Amino acid sequence: MRRRIGPWLVPAFGGLAFLFLLVPIAYVFAFSFNDAGRTNLSWRGFTLDNWRNPCGAPAVCESLANSLQISSIVTVIATILGTAIAIGLVRLRFKFNATANMLIFLPLATPEVVLGASLLAQFLNIGVDLGVGTIIIAHSMFCISFVVVAVKARVASLDPKLEEAAADLYASPIQAFWRVTFPLLLPGIVAAALLAFAMSFDDFIITNFNSGNVDTFPKFIYVAATRGIPAQANVIGSAMFIIALLIVIGGQILSNRRAKMLAAR
Amino acid sequence: MTMVQTKPESPNTDADDQGADLRLAAITKRFGGFLAVDNLDLEIPAASFFALLGPSGCGKTTTLRMIAGLEQPTSGSMSIGGKDITGTSAHERPVNTVFQNYALFPHMSVLDNVAFGLKRRKIRDHQAKAKQALELVELGHLSARRPAQLSGGQQQRVALARAIVNEPALLLLDEPLGALDMKLRRQMQGELKRIQTDIGLTFVHVTHDQEEAMTMADTVAVMNQGQVEQLGAPRELYELPRTAFVANFLGKSNLVAGEIIEDRGDAVVISAGGNRLAVRKDRSTTHQGKALIGIRPEKLRMMWPADAPADGSNILRGRVLDSSFTGVSTEYLVEVAGIGPVGVFSQNHGQQLAAPGDDVVLTWDTAHAFGLDGDEDTQAGAREAEAAAT
Repeated sequence: MRRRIGPWLVPAFGGLAFLFLLVPIAYVFAFSFNDAGRTNLSWRGFTLDNWRNPCGAPAVCESLANSLQISSIVTVIATILGTAIAIGLVRLRFKFNATANMLIFLPLATPEVVLGASLLAQFLNIGVDLGVGTIIIAHSMFCISFVVVAVKARVASLDPKLEEAAADLYASPIQAFWRVTFPLLLPGIVAAALLAFAMSFDDFIITNFNSGNVDTFPKFIYVAATRGIPAQANVIGSAMFIIALLIVIGGQILSNRRAKMLAAR
Repeated sequence: MTMVQTKPESPNTDADDQGADLRLAAITKRFGGFLAVDNLDLEIPAASFFALLGPSGCGKTTTLRMIAGLEQPTSGSMSIGGKDITGTSAHERPVNTVFQNYALFPHMSVLDNVAFGLKRRKIRDHQAKAKQALELVELGHLSARRPAQLSGGQQQRVALARAIVNEPALLLLDEPLGALDMKLRRQMQGELKRIQTDIGLTFVHVTHDQEEAMTMADTVAVMNQGQVEQLGAPRELYELPRTAFVANFLGKSNLVAGEIIEDRGDAVVISAGGNRLAVRKDRSTTHQGKALIGIRPEKLRMMWPADAPADGSNILRGRVLDSSFTGVSTEYLVEVAGIGPVGVFSQNHGQQLAAPGDDVVLTWDTAHAFGLDGDEDTQAGAREAEAAAT
């Protein structure tokens, strides 16, 4: 008997695990079609109205726009600074290299509540008005750490001989960076940027401390949950998920096609 | 300097950029407390094939990197064609390198790799020139591929094309054949030599492989501990080593310690373990006191005691300890009283072979022996040579 069950065990558990991961998302998706009244917690019938008019509920799209704007700016800042730091940490030999390496992990290891609260205290002490600016500063802070960690792995695997070869072939340090180093780091940088965007877009705790009266999408949902989440929130959640899925699938198809093209030559 | 016109046409160059002399003056390089290159003076004439030969850690690669500008000397100066280049960066020097593991840009096509240097210097027709260079290394048909899709030998050629397309004053080769298998290596050795003669560039070749250095280079500098032990044509180095290190690192040598007991005018006689061994004065670095006498295993003639000449100098009597027959030749180890084991390399002329335990006599022509300083270690370089061969 064991022989017959054996081969099925792994796929079965794998399937269950995926189910476990995907059911909540399916739930969100399904409820975006709910003909909900004020609260979207029980099924009241199918409708396309929510999808036809995603900005129907007050403040949903406003908070989404805030979030997209903030996450985009944070992604740019964190990716540029984080990449520079990652290259520096791997390539430059300086006295406190090991210490710096550890310190960069600190924002990831510190509980978000602590970070959020202490940032708030700081902003209040130096008298900065809370708003989009403070959210961007707060998000950039922890997103840089994510970028550094992701890009560092890529830099470490980059053969320094390639940059030497570029210099040997008359490339100035700037040309060597843009022609050789950067293109080779690009996959890592893109992955880091996506990660930074997702972390920033998703963040609630730190945002909640430092946003003043600006609503981001997660903050809006949280606040709305107390009086009933509008179905439009599900629409936007589902749309985000589908867009992410399309990006991943598109990337796969593209890299498959490129591999085939190279193999064909 | 000979310039055969198979070279990819060269409108860009001012004449003294072509295969110019390289001069290193009192170059020293320290890494922390480690002295990698020690007060090195070196002159590499234009259009020559120059090899820096030595065991790992002897400073040859550091020297090469300093010439390329990838490393700056701690002190000293260097010039190319009379122009001082000390302190300039790698990208400012008319020097190109073929790196040990090729260092091809993995994200570019083979053609773009080769055109890289031309584009940086904004040379017109870079694509056409790169194509020509690829033709020169017989890889024109693979120009659209990525480096990862090529074999090791092909990558090696791309690296070569990428360097020579720039027509540098100097081409540096850092163990360029180290990653290839033996057969391919022999083939590439011939090809490198052909290309060098064809285009008339100055090649500086770093290697730990003495056979490679000797077959390819016009001049070999044997390096050890950051200094040049001896410099010369391969034949000269091999036939007349001036230090024990060179004698043992470049081929094998029997080195025997003794005392000079007689001056015959043009030669001196060394007494070693009761044997009288003669060496010509012009082939010895010392003419009195303690000395080492060296003789290459293939220069020794081995004969049966019955055929041996009457007593005189350059006669060693011994007993065969060990023999290994390789077909073309037989290598013997002969125990000589008062001296110890002596290696003999005997070509297969169809003669009767000696077996372990046989008594034999060894003789040689005085013109083949060489004399070294008596303070030298008879084993210097032997271990390094063994490590380099593996």
